[in-house]
Amino acid sequence: MSTYTSVTDADRRAMLDAIGVDSVEALFADIPAALRLGRGLDLPAGLSEQEVYAHLRDLAARNVSAEDEVSFLGAGMYDSYVPALIDSIILRSEFLTPYTPYQPEISQGGLQVMFEYQTAISELTGLPVSNASVYEGPSAVGAAGYLAKLTNGRPRVLASRGVHPHSRETLETLSHGYGQTVEEIPLTDGVTDLEALKAALADDVSAVVLQQPNFLGSVEDVAALTAVAKEHGALVICACDPIPLGILQPPGEQGVDIAVGEGQTLGNRLDFGGPSFGFFAAAQEHIRRMPGRIAGETTDVDGRRGFVLTLQTREQHIRREKATSNICTAQALNALAGVIYLSWLGREGLVELGELLVRRTAYARERLTAIDGVTALHDAPVVREFALRLDADVEAVVEQLAAQGINAGYRLGRSYDEYADGLLVAITEQRSKAEIDRFADALAGAVAAHRRATVGAGAEAGR
Amino acid sequence: MSATFDKIADAPQTGIPFQRDDATTIYERSVPGRRAFAAPPLDVPERPLAELIPQRFLRTTPAALPEVSEPEIVRHYNRLSKRNFDLDTGFYPLGSCTMKHNPKLHERVAGLPGNARLHPLQDPKRAQGALELMHGLQEALAEVAGLPHVSLQPSAGSHGELAGLLLTRAYHEDRGEKRTKVLTPDTAHGTNPATVTMAGYEVVKVGTAPDGGVDVDDLRAKADESVACLMLTNPNTLGVFDRNIEEIAQIVHGVGATLYYDGANLNAIMGITRPGDMGFDIVHFNLHKSFTQPHGGGGPGAGPIAVSERIEPFLPKPQVVKRGDGTFDLDEDRPKSIGKLRGFQGNYGVFVRSYAYIRSLGGAGLRDASETAVLNANYLLALLRRAGVAEYLPAAFDRVCMHEFVLSGAPMKRELGIRTLDLAKRLLDHGVHPPTVYFPLLVDEALLLEPTETETKETLDHFAAVVAEILREAKEDPEIARNAPYTTPVRRLDEAGAAKRPVIRQPL
Ligand SMILES: Cc1ncc(COP(=O)(O)O)c(C=O)c1O
Repeated sequence: MSTYTSVTDADRRAMLDAIGVDSVEALFADIPAALRLGRGLDLPAGLSEQEVYAHLRDLAARNVSAEDEVSFLGAGMYDSYVPALIDSIILRSEFLTPYTPYQPEISQGGLQVMFEYQTAISELTGLPVSNASVYEGPSAVGAAGYLAKLTNGRPRVLASRGVHPHSRETLETLSHGYGQTVEEIPLTDGVTDLEALKAALADDVSAVVLQQPNFLGSVEDVAALTAVAKEHGALVICACDPIPLGILQPPGEQGVDIAVGEGQTLGNRLDFGGPSFGFFAAAQEHIRRMPGRIAGETTDVDGRRGFVLTLQTREQHIRREKATSNICTAQALNALAGVIYLSWLGREGLVELGELLVRRTAYARERLTAIDGVTALHDAPVVREFALRLDADVEAVVEQLAAQGINAGYRLGRSYDEYADGLLVAITEQRSKAEIDRFADALAGAVAAHRRATVGAGAEAGR
Repeated sequence: MSATFDKIADAPQTGIPFQRDDATTIYERSVPGRRAFAAPPLDVPERPLAELIPQRFLRTTPAALPEVSEPEIVRHYNRLSKRNFDLDTGFYPLGSCTMKHNPKLHERVAGLPGNARLHPLQDPKRAQGALELMHGLQEALAEVAGLPHVSLQPSAGSHGELAGLLLTRAYHEDRGEKRTKVLTPDTAHGTNPATVTMAGYEVVKVGTAPDGGVDVDDLRAKADESVACLMLTNPNTLGVFDRNIEEIAQIVHGVGATLYYDGANLNAIMGITRPGDMGFDIVHFNLHKSFTQPHGGGGPGAGPIAVSERIEPFLPKPQVVKRGDGTFDLDEDRPKSIGKLRGFQGNYGVFVRSYAYIRSLGGAGLRDASETAVLNANYLLALLRRAGVAEYLPAAFDRVCMHEFVLSGAPMKRELGIRTLDLAKRLLDHGVHPPTVYFPLLVDEALLLEPTETETKETLDHFAAVVAEILREAKEDPEIARNAPYTTPVRRLDEAGAAKRPVIRQPL
């Protein structure tokens, strides 16, 4: 059994003496006897460090990670390359082990990181106010919905069907608590249906929620959608993939009020879904209603530049039930990875990365849709992800490719009944032309083996 | 910072180079043309961007990210790191936050590629190790809580609280009941009432009895059929175990409300008593407190919840389940579920660390951790009850404490003319992190101290000696504490000015 305590038997005796009790047991006298567990916890016995390591190594070995296969799976998190300098910095005790910076005099490192992070997010989104992080992408959408509710108190929220299914479900869950209803705006040709949005809009709509690029990979005409929402005084919330924001018009320039998103792809590993971070940026008028920590610049008594947590009268520890959010612990370390990553890419690198993704994605889209039995699900412009229709049993195709060491992507049928034949394919900078070609060849074979007309025979051939 | 320090108020410099850097930001280090990133070669046709994406959708000016080289980035952030105090370096008795040691093994196992590069939407068939780990963690947490069902999904304590109240709402709605109020004691952490509002309920405060527990008469008066839930932590934020918890549970259940356990204080009772056995229906855990996930300067954490049988149908989606054939799966087919609280399955990387911790300690080790946490807290309390300290910083409750305790700085303020804030700031010059200050709100000039089980007796002795020294010094010259700190990277900062004229990003 491992232990991380340091109290020896002699220490314990001395400490009990100082306290004036005979036993540790006596310190628990307030706990009624009937409530005592009265037995050991029924857990496996403690292990030595090397045993725990071996056990966890064995468990990890039973996962097929992006290390083990060529992965085209995205749908909200991406196998992007995490540069080595990130680990070297975020594993430093000084960043890894402090609490939230409640004592600014000894937390200037973390506070300045927040300030630098806020600046980067503000630049990416084109919005002046960023907080220091929220949990992750979909709950950031929920938090944005709550900000809209606090702002205008209206009862309805319209969410595009192009918004990540997890975001829509999270928004639904949270809004049920704070008392809004969520309605869906359908997609047409891979993008949010502008006419349907117009028809659903009215003066009781609190917010319109969009995603850029949307779940099918399409670049949305955010400016046009925003303009119609504004006619009814609704706020516009846009969930953005941050890497494409390097080349796409920033939401702040399109009239979006609140831009949120999943930050994983900014220097954070996949980690089976977390921890990553959510970013949250908004127009100036929302500064005093923002959720979460915000770092601000100031000076100390000697006139030295410094940073503090600021605008805290929004927050739960000051305002309690009147707070604009309940968030406390957020994702500071992951946001640090984010700002290091963005600094590593730099002003030009972010654009170069975006351009590389667009070009490789265009190549992959053309290469894959040239396969017999594979068509584009939509023709909308895309950045790093696109949707296909397979004239074949998608599950069987995905399984066959998995057996060949390729993760073909996300089966859209998992969350869209209308796209049961859909496959969502993601390209990261780690997917070379050679890998895309290999994928295309394998996909051609698998689709041929599992063509819809011949599913029965194909399934046999696939084995 | 060195433990022994120069008592002279105007100590000119800290011992660590770069701590007094001029706070140059990464943007101010930017020089056009510098770079770290080298893009992989373009191995596909180079087509003009506007041919692929209509020009009107494209950005016209690049985001003004810094232009810096790799060595500069590394040096910048390493220098910044030296302007942080951290748990690996010094004592951090921040009450309610459980700043216990973060075992180093955990970073190694969380970083194994099979964990770190595992995609959250990987087919469960090909993520069996991860799902087995999550299932094992669920079972362990259920055993610690004394409640049968666990969802790992919430991302932090406050997210777990929100889950708990949404579960409560779903439970009552399922029974055709509409309830509007949630009770929170006046000792509650700020996230409790804030969560109540976000979940669409009205907060009703319950008072505290002279012994530090819930005022049971006040509770009885306020508990009626309009109440959905009572949120409580036990031991509470005063470090006091509520002896009346069974009666409290009876009152709450008597009106059909749920009893919610804020697990921030679980470090006192692991393996000794269990929230489920006390009558709680819903519990959240802070894996970044009792279960050693490093705090990261403000996250990440994770806030799993454990619930009783009657709440189980409403748990968030997906649930990690073990199928009849022994394989593990994600169950999305939960018709009464409140839905999702976030994307994917939760903060898995945190689960890996907490699971490793539980496997390292086992049941006996967890109990030992809690016993030692309580021993350490009571020992520190005993040291601070001695002459020279107790007159100025009396314990808010004259009884044994659990894993943390509260002192009041009111006599210190009155007699010595220094406030709790001043004491905290002077502690910084001694190289220790101050306790939580001005919380709980109930105690005037409060200091909440939680030493945790991983500290040595010598550290506690040293801390008590430092407090006594600061009080002695204040008796001679209170100005020293009032103007502290002196040796830190910066001194007291103008927080009011920062809030009045917020500068929250670098102008570029
Ligand atoms: C008593 C108590 N409850 C709730 C919380 C909220 O937890 P979290 O910060 O993980 O949201 C905290 C800590 O911050 C706490 O100390």
